[in-house]
Amino acid sequence: MNAAAVKKRIANWGNYPVVEAEVARLETEERLAGLLSRPMIARGMGRCYGDASLGERVLSTLPHDRFLSFDEGTGDLECQAGTVLGTIVETFVPRGWFLPVTPGTRFVTVGGAISADVHGKNHHIDGSFCRHVRSLRVMTADGGIVNCSQNENAELFDTVCGGMGLAGIILSAVIRLKKVETPYVRQETVKAKDLGEVMDLFERSADWPYSVAWIDCLSGSGRALMIRGAHATREEALGLPVSGAKTPSLNVPFFLPSFALNGVSVKLFNALYYAKARRGVTTAITGYESFFYPLDGVQNWNRIYGRRGFVQYQLVLPKEQSRAGIAAVLKRVADAGQGSFLAVLKLLGKGEHLLSFPMEGYTLALDFPITKNLFGLLDELDAIVLRHGGRLYLAKDARMNAGTFNKGYANADAFRARKAKFDPRGVFQSLQSKRLHI
Amino acid sequence: MKYVLIIGARSDLGREIARLFAGNGFGVYLAARQSAGLAAECEHLKIRYGVQAKTVECDLRDFSSHAPLYGSLHPKPEGAVCVVGYLGSEDKAKTDFTEARQIMETNFVGCVSILNAVAEDFEKRGEGFIIGVSSVAGDRGRRKTCIYGSAKAGFTAYLSGLRNRLHRHGVRVLTVKPGWMDTKMTEGMNLPPLFTAQPEDAARDVFRAWQKGKDVVYTKWMWRYIMWVIVHIPERIFKKMDL
Ligand SMILES: Cc1cc2nc3c(=O)[nH]c(=O)nc-3n(C[C@H](O)[C@H](O)[C@H](O)COP(=O)(O)OP(=O)(O)OC[C@H]3O[C@@H](n4cnc5c(N)ncnc54)[C@H](O)[C@@H]3O)c2cc1C
Ligand SMILES: NC(=O)c1ccc[n+]([C@@H]2O[C@H](COP(=O)([O-])OP(=O)(O)OC[C@H]3O[C@@H](n4cnc5c(N)ncnc54)[C@H](OP(=O)(O)O)[C@@H]3O)[C@@H](O)[C@H]2O)c1
Repeated sequence: MNAAAVKKRIANWGNYPVVEAEVARLETEERLAGLLSRPMIARGMGRCYGDASLGERVLSTLPHDRFLSFDEGTGDLECQAGTVLGTIVETFVPRGWFLPVTPGTRFVTVGGAISADVHGKNHHIDGSFCRHVRSLRVMTADGGIVNCSQNENAELFDTVCGGMGLAGIILSAVIRLKKVETPYVRQETVKAKDLGEVMDLFERSADWPYSVAWIDCLSGSGRALMIRGAHATREEALGLPVSGAKTPSLNVPFFLPSFALNGVSVKLFNALYYAKARRGVTTAITGYESFFYPLDGVQNWNRIYGRRGFVQYQLVLPKEQSRAGIAAVLKRVADAGQGSFLAVLKLLGKGEHLLSFPMEGYTLALDFPITKNLFGLLDELDAIVLRHGGRLYLAKDARMNAGTFNKGYANADAFRARKAKFDPRGVFQSLQSKRLHI
Repeated sequence: MKYVLIIGARSDLGREIARLFAGNGFGVYLAARQSAGLAAECEHLKIRYGVQAKTVECDLRDFSSHAPLYGSLHPKPEGAVCVVGYLGSEDKAKTDFTEARQIMETNFVGCVSILNAVAEDFEKRGEGFIIGVSSVAGDRGRRKTCIYGSAKAGFTAYLSGLRNRLHRHGVRVLTVKPGWMDTKMTEGMNLPPLFTAQPEDAARDVFRAWQKGKDVVYTKWMWRYIMWVIVHIPERIFKKMDL
């Protein structure tokens, strides 16, 4: 990047905040070392919602997007950090492999997935993304390149995983893909009349590899639809095209909390809810795309919130506190009449790295368009979350204060100490890390 | 397996074009200076698309190397894409002829030198295609891109002549005229996003034009109309303008 680099206006998925930033590109590793003289933050697809990958100076990792090796025996894929998960899926699903963990969109980079230690619908069984990372190559603040894994330079590995880009730039990673028989998922949709019932359903669905639920926030009771799934076996997918391409949409096209605002999704939800058999369970074989990435079909759906943008509020509470805490949050949101009509609920397992979001308990995600009164409401929700021993997801956050962060993340100071060790000059800084004093 | 030769494979546009051809089953020769640096891209193409990929050392200003370079390719490619370009500094080129010469040799002379070797073979074989990436800057000479634009104008005219020559031998020639693209070449410039193509989008435009058998393609599309207007401004007015 030349001295008088131009500034670009950029924002992440929530379109809030919007910043003017100098944008450098990760072309070659040699060139990158020369860019570390001033503070910067790595940025992949910008699919975190808030400001975790924003700053005055941003390093786009997208040009660094190559597969470096693949081991057919183990499923170990080595790729550069700017590789998009969608490219991995597109390449390897036809060959019988799938991502060990995937977030609800395939438009994120491997570097972003590792830095936020993202979770999928299988967190209760398979843990989060970093559990499947065999090793990393990281450029540290001094420009050196370090190989790290659970066995080699383990402390750096542990800090970079879930480290929100603050411990170093991930250059490449080896991740272990898992074998699947077909590109299809056997899916069940089950209805639940209230929060208690859907939580029982999660407990009873613990053997299902994938599970998630949608809650109707307007219903008062918290009535919900749970969707659980497993990769379809060859027999189950018999007769369907092997490639998985051009899958007829066998399930109902789904909605997100975000669509909730225009009311259409609520009507859809209701239609779906009442259409269920009395037993309340429907089964379908569906393509992996519509199961894992229902929203990716609608490009730029985030724009429906308009210029002012929106925030996604994702919290997790310890299991014992979940029922009361989530009910309290939903009630406060309904009273304020501000949030989305639908929310996503999921049971998580333990978190594995210092700043990993998951803990054993329930996570809830809600969308809020930015309005004048929103930030006051969210502060109130923060208080409810903290009172119930929970925390907020850094990958979604654009506004929490340092106090909320410190109370929610027991390892906040341990992380700060590691950061001081690996990045004493504070080269890696985001708007979020400054706000949270990380 | 059919092969395509990408000359200037390290360019942002070149790499995207190479990926599109690889995605459509073509083996790829990646030709560039310091081609060893493209080893990772080769590996990527092999794993991603299951095609063959090889690097080829190629300096476009080393004219005498071009015929032997092309001769050394086995199997011979089905198509060649020339994406090499050098914007240089117009200011410097005014007084420093080495700079002016580098601009002309890279954007015109070198392209002719290597494509002549390609054309000779395709003409004999009676098959093949050539894609040359020129520029809208070649449509009309302007103060700010006097040397670069004239070299690109030369290249555009060469491609048009080549098309005329090779058409009767079943060889297709596509001229690509990008407006602005967000690439290494324009890094640090403040380009209006609406008129600026991302390299992957420009590559898709090129690929689609090739599939459709077009002769000339502008990317982004609106540059065709912008340039139509610019080309039609009378010279007596144009000479006073500051575009
Ligand atoms: C529709 C949608 C659904 C989602 N669903 C889920 C979900 O189910 N589960 C979940 O966990 N998340 C989910 N997310 C969040 C998303 O997975 C994470 O925010 C992810 O980190 C985004 O990756 P990215 O490539 O866009 O990175 P960015 O958003 O650009 O950056 C995210 C973080 O990673 C860091 N980073 C990026 N690349 C590097 C690198 N090479 N080296 C070091 N640090 C780096 C950045 O500094 C930043 O801190 C969802 C997001 C969307 C938009
Ligand atoms: N970007 C724009 O706005 C724009 C507009 C109109 C037209 N174009 C044209 O589009 C084409 C692609 O350019 P780009 O935008 O993708 O820029 P780019 O990334 O800078 O690509 C230019 C490429 O040309 C190569 N090159 C320069 N001199 C060479 C030589 N002597 N021998 C071999 N290779 C040489 C460079 O190789 P190294 O990597 O080794 O330096 C570089 O990869 C060029 O023809 C350019 O003129 C670009």
